[in-house]
Amino acid sequence: MTQDLQLDHNGRLKHFLTIEGLSRRTILEILDTAKSFISVGEREIKKVPLLRGKTIVNLFFESSTRTRTTFEIAAKRLSADVINLNIATSSTAKGETLLDTVRNLEAMHTDLFVVRHKRSGAAHMIAAHVPAHVHIINAGDGSHAHPTQAMLDVFTIREHKGAFEKLKVAIVGDIQHSRVARSQIHALKTLGVAEIRAIAPRTLMPIAVERLGVMPFTDMREGLDSVDVVLMLRLQTERMTGALIPSEQEYFNLYGLTPAKLACAKKDAIVMHPGPMNRGLEIDSAVADGPQSVILPQVTNGIAVRMAIMALILGGSPAESRARRAADA
Amino acid sequence: MTASLDIDATIRRMTQSLHGLLKKHPVMVGIHTGGVWVAQRLHKELGLTEPLGTLDISFYRDDFTRIGMNPQVKASNLPVSVDDRHVILVDDVLHTGRTIRAALNELFDYGRPASVTLAALIVRDGRELPIEAQVTGEHMHLTKRQHVKLIGGPDRLQLEIQEGSG
Amino acid sequence: MSLAIKGGHLIDPANRINGKRDIYINSDGFVAGIGRAPSGFKARRTIDATGQIVCPGLVDLRARLREPGLEHKATLESELKAAVAGGITTLCCPPDTRPVIDTPAMAQMIQSRAWRFGYAFIHPLGALTRNLEGKLLTDMEALDDAGCVAFTNALAPVIDTLVLRRAMEYAASFDLTVFLHCEDPWLKAAGCCHEGEVSTRLGLPGIPEAAETVAIARDLALIDQTRVRAHFCGLSSGRAVQMIAEAQRRGLPVTADVTAHHLHLSEQDVGYFDTQCHVQPPLRSRRDREALRRGLKQGVIGAICSDHQPHEPDAKLAPFSESEPGISGLETLLPLTLQLVGERVLTLVEAVARLTQRPADILGLESGRLSVGATADVCVFDPKERWRLTPDRLISRGHNTPFLRRELEGRVICTIVGGRVVYEADKKVAP
Repeated sequence: MTQDLQLDHNGRLKHFLTIEGLSRRTILEILDTAKSFISVGEREIKKVPLLRGKTIVNLFFESSTRTRTTFEIAAKRLSADVINLNIATSSTAKGETLLDTVRNLEAMHTDLFVVRHKRSGAAHMIAAHVPAHVHIINAGDGSHAHPTQAMLDVFTIREHKGAFEKLKVAIVGDIQHSRVARSQIHALKTLGVAEIRAIAPRTLMPIAVERLGVMPFTDMREGLDSVDVVLMLRLQTERMTGALIPSEQEYFNLYGLTPAKLACAKKDAIVMHPGPMNRGLEIDSAVADGPQSVILPQVTNGIAVRMAIMALILGGSPAESRARRAADA
Repeated sequence: MTASLDIDATIRRMTQSLHGLLKKHPVMVGIHTGGVWVAQRLHKELGLTEPLGTLDISFYRDDFTRIGMNPQVKASNLPVSVDDRHVILVDDVLHTGRTIRAALNELFDYGRPASVTLAALIVRDGRELPIEAQVTGEHMHLTKRQHVKLIGGPDRLQLEIQEGSG
Repeated sequence: MSLAIKGGHLIDPANRINGKRDIYINSDGFVAGIGRAPSGFKARRTIDATGQIVCPGLVDLRARLREPGLEHKATLESELKAAVAGGITTLCCPPDTRPVIDTPAMAQMIQSRAWRFGYAFIHPLGALTRNLEGKLLTDMEALDDAGCVAFTNALAPVIDTLVLRRAMEYAASFDLTVFLHCEDPWLKAAGCCHEGEVSTRLGLPGIPEAAETVAIARDLALIDQTRVRAHFCGLSSGRAVQMIAEAQRRGLPVTADVTAHHLHLSEQDVGYFDTQCHVQPPLRSRRDREALRRGLKQGVIGAICSDHQPHEPDAKLAPFSESEPGISGLETLLPLTLQLVGERVLTLVEAVARLTQRPADILGLESGRLSVGATADVCVFDPKERWRLTPDRLISRGHNTPFLRRELEGRVICTIVGGRVVYEADKKVAP
């Protein structure tokens, strides 16, 4: 199994499983396409007929109302038929394997599965075993990847900061268990940002993180020094029981984003968070609701980015079709 | 090859044909990309005061699943409400009629116009849908293999005829 | 039926033979002569081994045959057939069958079932604690009498250090060998691959090197005190090799093995969640793999084993951490070991020794050598034949191997167990 799984032999995006291995050009094409979808959400009728007649199944083995809803809205704005399946508690609990579940749904002539699963690699595994006409979008697999979230993050960064090349970006929090962080790192690296920093105590920092092209920091003020973008991560409260951090107070004191710590960053730095936020744990309300926060625009952009990815996957991406379109005025 | 057509004169002729509509306070909407260039000229010549609307029909194409997504989609932009307004829809070339079908669909997603008048710089044969232009700049007779395209916009408009594979 | 194997190049490290020798096997299944036929010997059949290597049948320290208990994965019959196709004539089966091999009856049942099929010899490893629960000792002496060659808790850790100490003391009282798998269960936690670059990239829960070294340190301290003869199974890290080497220098009675796949693969082979590379202990870094190869060359690691673990396809069709660990390895043990000769890690004689004499010595068995009078377990292989491992060539029921579709060099031509030809390449096996 390779990352080429998500590209067909023409280099066309077939599945969207991870940012790793995507070219800068592909990422920029997704961002450009997303940009054009922004306007659809601002219309009277927030719908275009692009995916009319297509069936999209939101296959969530791990429940997440928020992510599922943004995918659902994105699919509906493209006029696709959407079915939500929350399997966190149903068939797999009865002993049916993951692949059996997918094969069953496939028999219902699904065009695209949006998959979320608590195990790393689940989306890859499914993509490797579905027939060629079925497409997979990874909506989060274990601690591995959450590529649509990372795409909406870099989209939001581009909206506010323009070019990527000179930016210093800090990712703060539970990097070790974060699929969002891993995808952000790949996206930012491919887009060529000047510096990616990871800020966390050693218990929440993956081993050999430098090999991903990231500078690790344990001190938040040092790590935030003169950065342009602060990407906060959500801290799962079960990390306390795993002896990874001592207490909420200690974590907030050291790694909670407060106005005082944010002052170490550039004056015009933006603050982002994939949601849902733990106010008072990883982020202070004064920052979350403050002028530097772009957390709500992230949500809006998330829909356009997911529309773009769905459209590119189901419609085919430009590389192959450009020639055909030219002959088809 | 480029076709010898006096585009300035053609646009002036179209302007005259559209004059009669001015009393209805029309809204002008151009279709990306060539249609917008033609619309910009007409908009100026007619002295319309409300801003020009633009449509990119990429999201409405009926051949989407066949040819895929164009990443250079320009956002459609209708700064003025089209509800109960008389719309002049402008395109560069009327050929199969499919682009106009898509544009009408998109237009109706923005509102319900009182009427739509189609103005096309070039009207050629090859219609596949029952759609005709009310205002025509020039008629052209081309074979199936030939494609005509407006280039050089927005300032130096020129027609280009390509010999295609059909 | 008396047999002669003529024209082959005999490698028998135990008897320091490395040259052209004919072998004569009498009708009772024992070696009757090496080099020249005993007077009056008449071969009923002569095998032409010209251009081929003849060596003692391979001894595999660890192969799970899945019977009893997991017959949907494989059976004794299917896997013993696969073993002889891989040139293996003696193998040890760990006690984690269902039920566990913790009674003499179980140990005897497995041997007598295997005997009925008549392919390879099987030696059970007895459970170190009852039901592998790490709480109560098994009747080790009775199990020894019933044919168990060593005692182990297999992959189930003995968490209670006192129980492990007692088990070692008890085994030492009767001069029994203990096999140890070293993995600290707390440091391992939910880990499913090496904690390193790849676990970081893929977001998989990692198993730190310390999970192995902490457990080895504990076990070595107990060995030091109890003086039990101990064998460390499946080393995975360079640091572990150092610790064993150091213990051997201090004169502790310890040996070690490594699996064939740990000598060839590293964490990088996990690629994008290739569950065929999900093994326990995990594939570690390339540096660790090099250290394992050095340890093997220096003799710190005495034996290479298959750690054969056949699975049904579904066991690997799951997200990486939920897939079952293990590789179907019987039929790749020899070619993967020969590849080390090609890569100049071992000489051919050293390679053969680590598959025959050395593992037999660890078990205290007479097999693994072709002395006159010994049981005639022989492997004849073509060291140069290149072949591609495909599912239809695999005899094991388990097709779970990352070496599928790889080209391998060195192929078994003929396997003889107790003087009987039990495998011939491209022919139906007829015991």
